[in-house]
Parts: sequence; structure tokens; C-alpha cells
Amino acid sequence: MTNQQLAMLTAHEARDLLDKREVSSVELTEASLERIDQVEDRVGAFVTVTRDVALEQAKQADQCIARGDAAPLTGVPMQLKDVICTEGIRTTCSSKMLESFVPPYDATVTERLYRAGAVLVGKGNMDEFAMGSSTENSAFFPTHNPWDLNRVPGGSSGGPAASVAAGECFYSLGSDTGGSIRQPGALCGVVGMKPTYGLVSRFGLVAFASSLDQIGPLTRDVRDCATVLNAIAGHDPRDSTSIEYDPPDYTASLQTDLKGLRIGVPKEYFVEGMEPGVEQATRDAITVLEGLGAETGEVSLPSTPYALAVYYIIAPSECSANLARYDGVKYGFSAQEADSMWDALEKTRQEGFGPEVKRRIMLGTYALSAGYYDAFYLKAQRVRTLIRREYEEVFGEFDALVTATSPSVAFELGSKTDDPMQMYLNDVLTLPANIAGIPGISVPAGLSNGLPVGLQILGKHLGEETMLRVAYAFEQATNFRATHGDAPL
Amino acid sequence: MDPISFDEVKHLSALTRVGMTDDEIELMRDQMTNILENISVLNQVDTECVEPTGHSVDVSSVMRDDVVSPSAPVEDVLANAPNREVDHIRVRAVLE
Repeated sequence: MTNQQLAMLTAHEARDLLDKREVSSVELTEASLERIDQVEDRVGAFVTVTRDVALEQAKQADQCIARGDAAPLTGVPMQLKDVICTEGIRTTCSSKMLESFVPPYDATVTERLYRAGAVLVGKGNMDEFAMGSSTENSAFFPTHNPWDLNRVPGGSSGGPAASVAAGECFYSLGSDTGGSIRQPGALCGVVGMKPTYGLVSRFGLVAFASSLDQIGPLTRDVRDCATVLNAIAGHDPRDSTSIEYDPPDYTASLQTDLKGLRIGVPKEYFVEGMEPGVEQATRDAITVLEGLGAETGEVSLPSTPYALAVYYIIAPSECSANLARYDGVKYGFSAQEADSMWDALEKTRQEGFGPEVKRRIMLGTYALSAGYYDAFYLKAQRVRTLIRREYEEVFGEFDALVTATSPSVAFELGSKTDDPMQMYLNDVLTLPANIAGIPGISVPAGLSNGLPVGLQILGKHLGEETMLRVAYAFEQATNFRATHGDAPL
Repeated sequence: MDPISFDEVKHLSALTRVGMTDDEIELMRDQMTNILENISVLNQVDTECVEPTGHSVDVSSVMRDDVVSPSAPVEDVLANAPNREVDHIRVRAVLE
């Protein structure tokens, strides 16, 4: 097997080779690093490549494996989105504000993956502070879609999705506030999952919108997704919103038939402006699910058209509060040429933040200001209740819902950057799940005009097992990964 | 909805200390007007008698026992400070 073939395996295929001693973790890591050297100047998926850390961790992993002391992810190279803290390794949020910030501690997910023997090859590029849908808001450089380098990988976890698709790592962790794992997963032809809010600890995740943010895996198949979720899920006393819940073994839910399951198809998710190829792939996918024994039926979630407005009040409001901490005093970028404390604060934020971050801070401050609070923020929170209730009602009747992940396939770089509202519409199918706190996964569902389409499966609160079962059965029945997704570059 | 005015955006820029030029304020005014128009669809929804949701899961204050545990080392915590003096962060004068 060539190094390139090795680098394109799934994490579980790589683990099998490690178990059989056919390859070592150091060799696997070298294969990923070689792939990074080959493609990274064209893809731009990494803010930082941690070569030395990776090779050291790989050596330790090989010792674990030799002792017979290996966990399911031991020795497998991975990436973390650059919004997840890594002790001693800079964590930038792709912002000038944190360009040289080196966290003094690890995020809980980092700690858990390290404990499971993971090998960190680097930190993934993203839209600045996770605000965006194309990774063009990175203050450093845009990421390119491995399927077509003139197109965006989606966002904000564009680096993680592109790196997994291009074979630069075996899996990555992203963060999803309104679709930032699932939409880039769809656009890059990989699996991307947002767990139930509170299932995965947010300790050490740089905050954007705290009531919506959730960390989740980007992987090459559904089995890897379940395996990574096993490693990161579970209660953490350091995150007060973490659910007291003992997660099951998610790989046990991977079955290939769907007999007895009821799957709803929400009619409001076939939105105006959806590309015909995306709609066709979604309808074909529903037929596949029926063939696997699922009973499907149309459902209505009437408040869906209001979700975008709710999101663009709540997320900027929380962002404006969270990003107030960047004052150039304690850490991060600090403008030194200034006349006074206030002048220094203003120059720090003027130079440290990019346009989209400023736009959201100002929008959130407006929505929270006296005289507008009731009309915007409180109103959005009330509609949030309606959206949540509608999901609860529908999940009384159905075990899962299926929709397209994104209304379009990957679009060309620069084509939506001048119009923020057009960019926001990319997330119209994914953000309702964040508003309600329910889990969602995007799995490859074929190609439209040669570019990947994602199928989104939504589960009920803590309904990850059923959701993964549907995703796995669909993947095994269609096998789009084997047909298209192996080496787009 | 009335479009947001130049002065309102300028005021927001001052409140949030993001330091915008007049040209940037003008562009932001157009973009915010467009976004706020889109957001105004919420006025169509009847939310009388609907309680607001702050979090999708029940969140309550989490208490822990008052047990002393080691803090992060001072060196590690101060390593990112732009200006420091001994074990303190140096700041500009607040009262002049």
C-alpha cells in the first residue's frame, strides 16, 4: 500500500492495520504528514502543522500498541479545529486577535482524545471565531475544497472538512453553532456530526454563542463518527451546561436495516432556491431509506422559516457578550501605540477583528440594547420555544427526520462574500437543530454537477443512536465514499 | 422597519469599541439594514403566552464543594499577557 493510499483509509481501517502490526503509528503519521506536504499549499486546511508533537505522540502510541494497551483511536492521526484549546500549541480561531495565543491548558475534548492515544497533526483553519459558512473569513488564508480548488469547503469548519476529504488526517473535530460541522461536511463529501447540546463538553472551546455551540467529529465514514463520539461524549464538571448522562457505546447502534423505524420528511426543508441536483439527491435518499425498511412520511415544522431570523439575533447577541473579553490586556493581540486605555482598547479591537466579527458584535449589541431588547432578543427567544416544541411534537411520531444538509453544493470562492445575507442562507437547513439543541449528522448522498451533496439526519434530544443507525444503514446501502470520495485531489 | 441611521451605527461602533471609519460605518449601515429587514419576519409570529427559551436544555447553577485545589501556575497564566511586571499584568491608567 502506498503512503497516499494509507493516508486515505478510514480511522477504523487504519486501526485494523495497527492491530495486525502491518503498519506502525509512526508510519501512519508520516503518511499523513507527507500528504500534508503534497497538498497543503493548494488546500490550506491547516493554520498550524504540529509535526514534532505528532511524531512524539505516534512513538508513544506504538509503545501502547506493543503493550496491548490500545484504545480504538490509539495511534491514528487527527486534526483539531483551531477554536479548540491545546496546551502549548497556539490556538488562533483564525483571528489576528489570537494569532499568537498559546493556551495554558487543554480543552476537555483534547484531553480525552490524548488519553485515548490520539496523534495531533495540526490545527484546522476556520472562519474567524467560527463566524461564516465558507472559511473565507479566516484572517490568514481561505481553505479550498479538495473536490474543486476554485470552490469553498463550506464553513466555519472548512479546514477540518477539507483536511479529512484530502487525506491530510484521518478525522478532525469541528464546532457547530448553526451548521459549521454539517455544512462543510456536506460540501466536502465527508461525514459531519453535531451532537445534542450538552453531550460533549465545551470546556476549552473558545466561545462564540454559548447556548448554541457544540463540538463534534468530521470523519470519512459513520463508523469513525461513532468511534470519535465515544471518545469525546460524556459529562464534564468543568462545563455547567454539560448533561449528566452516561453515553452508550455508539458503535453498537450501527445496523444495516431500518425495519420498524419511522422517518419524517419535513416539507419546509425543501426551501425556495434549493438546487435541483440537491433536491433530487435528497428524494433519492428517501427512496433508499424506504428500501431499507423505514416507514417515511411528510411532516410539517411550520416555524422553520423563522429559524434564520431567530439565529441571527441569538448568535450575534451571545457573540457580542463573549467577545467583549478581547481587550488587549490579559492575552491576545494588543495595540501598543495608543494615547489612553480607551484608545488602546479601540485600536486593539479595530485591528484584531475582521469585518464579519465586527458585524456580528454590532448586530448583537443592537439587539440587546435598551428599547430593542424585547422586540429582538426576547422575541427570538420566544420563537425559539416554538421551534423546540414543534420538534418535540414531531419526534413523538417519528424516530428521525431527513433533509438536505445545504441547499447548494460548494460554491465558488468570492461569489458570496459581498452579501452577508446570501452567505447566512447557507445555514438555513442546519441552524434549526442548534436552536432546539437536537443532534444532526450529514452523510454523503451522491454528487450534483460533480460535487458532493449531503443528507442531513436529525435525531431527537440524546437520540444519537437512532440517528447514527439511519446514517450507517444509508451509507452501507449506497457507499458513496467508495464510489467517489477517495482521492479528489 | 425604519432603516438604521448612520448615527446609530456610529454609536454602536463606539459602544463596541471596534473602531470603524465613516466609510465602514456607511457600508455596515447598508448591511445591517438588509439583515434587520430579514429578521423582521419574526413580527409575523404570534408569541403571546409563549415563554422564552434561553437554553435548549435545562440549565441551573452548578454548585461544588468548597474544596481547595491547585490553581494554574502563575507563569503559565501570565505567559500570554502583552505587558507584565513581576507577577502582575501591567495596564494603562484608568483614571487620568
